[in-house]
Amino acid sequence: MTLTSTADGALSPDGTIAAARAPDAAVVYKDDVVRMFMIAAIFWAIVGMLVGVVVAAQLTFPALNLGLPWTTFGRLRPVHTSGVIFAFGGSMLIGTSFYIVQRTCRARLFGGFASEFVFWGYQFFIVMAALSYVLGGSQSKEYAEPEWYLDIWLAIVWVTYLVVFAGTIIKRKEPHIYVSLWYYLAFIITIAVLHIVNNLAVPVSFLGTKSYSLFSGVQDAMTQWWYGHNAVGFFLTAGFLGMMYYFVPKQVERPVWSYRLSIISFWSLIFVYIWAGPHHLHYTALPDWVQMLGMTFSIILWMPSWASMVNGIMTVSGRWDKLRTDPILRFLIVAVAFYGMSTFEGPLMSIRAVNGLSHYTDWTVGHVHSGALGWNAFISFGALYFLIPRLWGRKKIYSENLIRLHFWLGTIGIVLYITSMWASGIMQGLMWRAYDSLGFLQYSFVETVAAMHPYYAIRTLGGLFFVSGVVIMAWNLWMTVKAGEPVEAKSVPAPQPAE
Amino acid sequence: MANVYSVHDILQKHSIKLMAGILCAVSVGGLVEIAPLFLIENTIEKVEGMRPYTPLELAGRNIYIREGCYLCHSQQVRPFRDEVERYGPYSLAAESMYDHPFQWGSKRTGPDLARVGGKYSDEWQVRHLIHPQDVVPESVMPSYAFLATTPISGAEIADHLRALRVTGVPYTDEQVAAAAADFAAQGSPEGADADFEARWPKAASRDFDGNPEKLTEMDALVAYLQMLGTLVDFPKIVPDADFNR
Repeated sequence: MTLTSTADGALSPDGTIAAARAPDAAVVYKDDVVRMFMIAAIFWAIVGMLVGVVVAAQLTFPALNLGLPWTTFGRLRPVHTSGVIFAFGGSMLIGTSFYIVQRTCRARLFGGFASEFVFWGYQFFIVMAALSYVLGGSQSKEYAEPEWYLDIWLAIVWVTYLVVFAGTIIKRKEPHIYVSLWYYLAFIITIAVLHIVNNLAVPVSFLGTKSYSLFSGVQDAMTQWWYGHNAVGFFLTAGFLGMMYYFVPKQVERPVWSYRLSIISFWSLIFVYIWAGPHHLHYTALPDWVQMLGMTFSIILWMPSWASMVNGIMTVSGRWDKLRTDPILRFLIVAVAFYGMSTFEGPLMSIRAVNGLSHYTDWTVGHVHSGALGWNAFISFGALYFLIPRLWGRKKIYSENLIRLHFWLGTIGIVLYITSMWASGIMQGLMWRAYDSLGFLQYSFVETVAAMHPYYAIRTLGGLFFVSGVVIMAWNLWMTVKAGEPVEAKSVPAPQPAE
Repeated sequence: MANVYSVHDILQKHSIKLMAGILCAVSVGGLVEIAPLFLIENTIEKVEGMRPYTPLELAGRNIYIREGCYLCHSQQVRPFRDEVERYGPYSLAAESMYDHPFQWGSKRTGPDLARVGGKYSDEWQVRHLIHPQDVVPESVMPSYAFLATTPISGAEIADHLRALRVTGVPYTDEQVAAAAADFAAQGSPEGADADFEARWPKAASRDFDGNPEKLTEMDALVAYLQMLGTLVDFPKIVPDADFNR
């Protein structure tokens, strides 16, 4: 029972607490819906990242836009971002949250068929959203592109998700709510608030798809980046920290390093994150006082972010040797290290003087990808390698060497991606502001575009490395399910006190 | 600090209290940063010249949104020497007060477009949209040739003006009533009449896409691009301290 906290707030290091408790009647976990989410996540990872490679290649060779309305960069880019964030990341988050909430509460998922509705409703949303972008139905708010009719559908699905998740917690048999579940709750609740407020709009007609945002100009910009930054903060950070707090201790077979640090970092992270949005709007027409608030809280945010990172990495304390021998743990811990790196880079880029250079350039794109590829994707891969054998009753992953290969393909891909984007971003920012000796602007805009070409090619190559690793993972997991040695059959799925 | 942990100890044993605590913690920042923007009067400065989009410009703007132009082009000139020299006067909050949604963008794969209106001829814009590399060989922009062959109609544009009126854009009854007619008139080769000019000050009317036979999406998009950043009369604006920094 490595994960349950004791009454005085310390984490029990081993099975003593659970062993002391009288075993309850068997809880049959509902895992079919978790399996469906994991399959969907792997599928969307490949689709979303492949589209990413396509749009990266389009920026390198514009002829690849093909001259068709449906294949231009402008329509495919949201397919990539929604595909990796909401389809891949979202399926991972909802699937793992259903797995973890049942085990840490020792309760079957609440709501019967409702969890299947969450699965199919969410997948329907993703497919419809992607189709709408390709057909020209975007409302142009970044990471919130779907129009009003899909937004209403997602709100219904999301509230059902909250009911299933919170309902399971309410009927738990453990006195304490485990750390992971705080983060998942913060993720689900805050995303609901952000989604509803940012998508307030007036439809042109009830049979048409077009709507007009309720807010305009400055207020709309602030609302959008309050949403946009906290999609990062609560979808890509809080939710994935919930994953970290379960899978890292499980894989390393040690309790969370500091329970008190997890409390402090949780409340400070969710309180501070919500303020950071205005750093996307430095030097714009947004009033200065809001920009300064956004910058100040973005810098403060460095501390709770690193507190979470330290807590995750130090959980390996005493078992560092495992990093060398266990490639699954390596995925998880390198993910947390990338989380630490991008949450240092973020506050740096939120400083107005730095942002004056970095904003509008590829530096931002590189920053996002060090978080998305290094942190979100890597911890998802670790979770998938952990979960698939358990969900399908297999003893272990088909090939450990293929996990190692995946790890290095992914790491090389990330390094190519983010270093090329640092180089191109900082270079373009400097070229825009360069003056010659006579006091004229030194470069025309298009000269800076031409200078980006080699870096865009390197970025595309990095993406190819990364997605090829994912394809290998998919094959490895498929073979695990298909050909892996089954765990000895048991008469009933026994309650697992070790969870 | 023991208090923090004892409070948390209550929350982590009561799911409803925990959820309420989370909701409170995440509400403060948004309320403090967003609500005042609707209440503080000088958030949007008073300027002369701003008017809502004409029906044809609005349709062009919707094409700009549909094609995801904002993914590569910002519409926000920052108060830096190089940006003001490259693009023109820095953007004011008032200039996007009728933008539902805003189009400030977050990335400049291509140049800022906040003040692109009038910088190039209609013919340049059309050739550039049809095949950007014909006029800018190094460009990585996709071809939008299909805009020139896609007809556009103003039959439903009045509904769009009515929806915008709900969000607070001050379209008059007269503007809404004449919307469909003004839509066609602004893009016609003959140009619009004096009534149109009275309804839409400073709005240019002509055959924007070089094809007098029909009104296309190209007409609408070029009409929009050619008015971007041209409404406010800048010499009348007194620059603030930011500009001279």
